[in-house]
Amino acid sequence: MEDFIKDIRAEFPILSTKVYGKELVYFDNGATTQKPRRVVEKIECGYYTTNSNIHRGVHYLSQRATEAHENARERVRRFLNAAQATEIVFTRGTTEAINLVAFSFGEAYCHQGDEILISVMEHHSNIVPWQMLCERKKMTLKVIPMNDQGELLQDEFQALLTPKVKLVAITHVSNVLGTVNPVGEMIRKAHAAGIPVLVDGAQSVPHLKVDVQALDADFYAFSAHKIYGPVGMGVLYGKAHFLNNMPPYQGGGEMIDQVHFEKTTFNVLPYKFEAGTPDFIGSTALAEALDFVDEIGLDRIANYEHRLLEYATEEMKKIDGMRFVGTAVDKSAVLSFLLGSIHPFDAGTLLDHLGIAVRTGHHCAQPLIDRLGIDGTVRASFAIYNTPEEVDLMVKALLRIKDMF
Amino acid sequence: MTINETQDAIIEEFQEFEDWMDKYQLLIDTGNSLEPIAEQYKQTQYLIEGCQSRVWLHADYVGGKVIFKAESDAVIVKGIVMLLIQVLSDRTPQEILDADLYFINTIGLKDHLSPTRANGLVSMVRQIRNYALAYKLKEN
Repeated sequence: MEDFIKDIRAEFPILSTKVYGKELVYFDNGATTQKPRRVVEKIECGYYTTNSNIHRGVHYLSQRATEAHENARERVRRFLNAAQATEIVFTRGTTEAINLVAFSFGEAYCHQGDEILISVMEHHSNIVPWQMLCERKKMTLKVIPMNDQGELLQDEFQALLTPKVKLVAITHVSNVLGTVNPVGEMIRKAHAAGIPVLVDGAQSVPHLKVDVQALDADFYAFSAHKIYGPVGMGVLYGKAHFLNNMPPYQGGGEMIDQVHFEKTTFNVLPYKFEAGTPDFIGSTALAEALDFVDEIGLDRIANYEHRLLEYATEEMKKIDGMRFVGTAVDKSAVLSFLLGSIHPFDAGTLLDHLGIAVRTGHHCAQPLIDRLGIDGTVRASFAIYNTPEEVDLMVKALLRIKDMF
Repeated sequence: MTINETQDAIIEEFQEFEDWMDKYQLLIDTGNSLEPIAEQYKQTQYLIEGCQSRVWLHADYVGGKVIFKAESDAVIVKGIVMLLIQVLSDRTPQEILDADLYFINTIGLKDHLSPTRANGLVSMVRQIRNYALAYKLKEN
């Protein structure tokens, strides 16, 4: 284990947990990451020292809490390199961010007969909101296909960019395959056809540097809990001119300007999209998580995780009957696999009893699993605190499991 | 053997092992010994919802007793189904409906399988009881 990883691991008390008397190996980071002490302390500190409802309070605590919340927004802006903090909308997570766009963008820009273009490797959260929009507006959902390695077919994508398409919604990194999609290039192609693009960044932001202006993404969504932050907090980045033209998603407090029974006028960005009391403690904890990530450096994280992925791939390849699902050239820290004819449920259950936490099944991407012609996979997904020694433990466990069948 | 005698025999078999990996090995071996179900029963109508793996359960009513046949694509699940069949197949509907399935808790199946997996187990038991109830009502 490298020294700097040892130091990082020390920040995560949960990593020293024992499960069934064995050392925990946590390889379910694609589902959620563990939290460093400083993030949890930030939450505690928030409740102990500044807790007070934000924005409309005249008193001291409310002003401190408001300031912390808005500083967190600025922190997120800096993390994504958005042009302005008003383009950062706090949500409950990626799912809510996508639902917001599907509703509000749909209301403003979509009509009967139009199309939304997604890809075959989307998470259900980037499929179902669009299906609901298509149902509501009598539109059609089109799907970008992929090759057997798990790479989107760029020629097919180009051909699907017809004038009927109102929005392209694609994932940056596949949660099942680990494929890093060339979203920059895809955004350029879509823009050349006059079509805006939403990027699902849930699986990308913890692993690679994202610059929404360099990508020229129109919308970019991610979840705090997948990047060492708290649960129930997420981010929608949207270009101001789109957000300004979109109607509110939910009604309530904070999102209003004037309320009269005859007519209500809405607040400015980003508050127009933040109805009700926002998670002003969660936002500061997210900012703390982003500090944690940036202090290590996303380039360093990407480099380390890439080496870990390569090591795991090489070691697991040696196991007889190992089949990787998703072998794109450009991959992030996800390793989906099948071992011989062992069902993912069986493998996952036994790995669990050997202390190794992985995810099994369709990973909320059923259409992708259908496309692959399988019932599911076992998925090991890595984070900065994982080590080659943990990979060795998994390999050893898999060899033992293989002999049980 | 009665339902409870069969349960006690299963409990005894599982209590021989301390390590859960050995208990799983027993489940796997039990699962592998389950006769494959006829292809005609591997249809959606026989599929049990609520499991991470697919479980098919088919029932026949012969001479006042319910005969269950089942299969799963996951071997551990197949082992669990096999245990349920050992206990509950070839019994009268009333025996099935009256059965107290204490072996599930005693051998630790419920504790050792997370809620989503246990839900599969719960669904299986529910489906078995539904069949028994249906046959009982038909009889009356």
